Amino acid sequence: MTKYALEINQLNKTYRNGVTALKNINLNVEDGDIFAFLGPNGAGKSTVIGIITTLVNITSGSVQVYGKDIAKHPEFTKHMIGVVPQEYNLNQFIPIIETMVNIGGYFGLSKKQALKRTQELFEDLGIWHKRESTPRELSGGMKRRLMIARALIHNPKLLILDEPTAGVDTELRLTMWDFFKKINNDGVTIILTTHYLEEAERLCKNLAIIHHGEVVKSSPMSDVISSTRKHTYIIRADSKITDKNIFKDNIQIVDDKTCELTVDNKISITEIINRFNDNNIKVIDILSKRNKLEELFIELTQSK
Amino acid sequence: MNNLYLVQLLTIFKKEFARWSRIWIQTILPSVITMFLYITIFGNFIGERIGEISGLPYIHFIIPGLIIMPIISNSYMNVVGSFYSGRFQKSIEELFVSPLSSHVILIGYVLGGVSRAFVVGFVVYIVSLSFTTIPIHNVALALFLTLLISFLFSILGFINAVYAKSFDDINIIPTFVLTPLTYLGGTFYSIYNLPEVWQTVSIFNPIAYMVSAYRYAFIGVEEMNTYTAILMMFILIFVLYSLAIYLLNKGIGVKN
Repeated sequence: MTKYALEINQLNKTYRNGVTALKNINLNVEDGDIFAFLGPNGAGKSTVIGIITTLVNITSGSVQVYGKDIAKHPEFTKHMIGVVPQEYNLNQFIPIIETMVNIGGYFGLSKKQALKRTQELFEDLGIWHKRESTPRELSGGMKRRLMIARALIHNPKLLILDEPTAGVDTELRLTMWDFFKKINNDGVTIILTTHYLEEAERLCKNLAIIHHGEVVKSSPMSDVISSTRKHTYIIRADSKITDKNIFKDNIQIVDDKTCELTVDNKISITEIINRFNDNNIKVIDILSKRNKLEELFIELTQSK
Repeated sequence: MNNLYLVQLLTIFKKEFARWSRIWIQTILPSVITMFLYITIFGNFIGERIGEISGLPYIHFIIPGLIIMPIISNSYMNVVGSFYSGRFQKSIEELFVSPLSSHVILIGYVLGGVSRAFVVGFVVYIVSLSFTTIPIHNVALALFLTLLISFLFSILGFINAVYAKSFDDINIIPTFVLTPLTYLGGTFYSIYNLPEVWQTVSIFNPIAYMVSAYRYAFIGVEEMNTYTAILMMFILIFVLYSLAIYLLNKGIGVKN
């Protein structure tokens, strides 16, 4: 079997109204990966996901899932894919357990098999007690978990998560991260789009950033973390910071004893502290304002 | 049939059956009450004054048409309502990200409409028995025609649902096309009692053929050739089925 769960080659999409959503997208996602697919709103992430799941027609190019073209082998590729869309698309009027049995049936599972799998998933995701409720009776977080369970009913090998933790509280988000790590360890490849860059940095091994329909960065997460050129710190001192020339024009005074400092990645924290000390200012606290991925994301998506 | 397809088809059918049977007060009861009123007013009160048509009591003459009316409207409305509602909620995407063939999706929805039409038709027939006893002339033909008519209008409802852009759009065809054609299709009168011009017009009304064939199955009176009616329905089913499959394959109304 191919080492890639997903291969996208020369993918283009122009909508009927003339809007070009994707331009020559090339992307490979390795089997077993947790892959971050990032980009600002309207960058083309959901279009790519729509194409992979066949909800959006391709203008040109090809998409292969586990070595098979989605247009030529839709039955195979759809069996391989589970998708959690960004927007709620649940049938609002039927109990959620019925939704699960129906989806199971679409994938060829008998009612008994679907119920067994539903119980496993609902218990793992903490919504088993709500099985007789309709989606209208669920909180936002429960609906998200239901959509994750729905995507996994047929044991897909590739799970696509389009902003799965949007609108979810911090505690639940952490629980969901653990769940994603667990299913990834069980062999499920995950493609994650998210606006929480910390989420991507914590979970993902590789990433691609898409902007204006083009992939502007594709690399291992470790490379990104070591390659960002700038880093921003919040520095609190024990005395008034008056001289903005300590770091030339990279310093912004927040209040008398606090400043925001953006420096080259090569400059170490020790060096920063020493520079303040040289100016008779003692640093009492230093915090990283943004994570490395956030720095890169802003750099790439604001540069065009 | 491949077991996968059978499981998929039964899943869609059960889902559709459960949908309309769960809300039977909205789906079954209105048609039954309406037909009860038609039979009471037209069959009983007015029918006694009209006397006989084609040698039969008026109430016998109109009952087949009164059964066909809810069969047409229920099969159509079931599919158009369900599929459009799925599009509106976007839950229809569940079908399109699953490994379902277009044929399985279409037949599943159509069977949902057919099942509702059979139940409504049967209940209306039972209600009609409280007014008069009609021994059915040809039960097998009546069942076969019920299947053909409900299948045909379910497909038509499906095509309407694909093109609909709002809930208003799912009522346009039933209100402005189906209802006039049904009322002008000879349900309440013999088309041979019409002026010649209107008789000619009726020849181009497909529902007139269906009413005639259904009447033949029920009371043995044939105004238009039943074989022609059946052939016409097969042709319409073939054409509309092919169109619906084309729309599904293209993803019109669902895919971007």
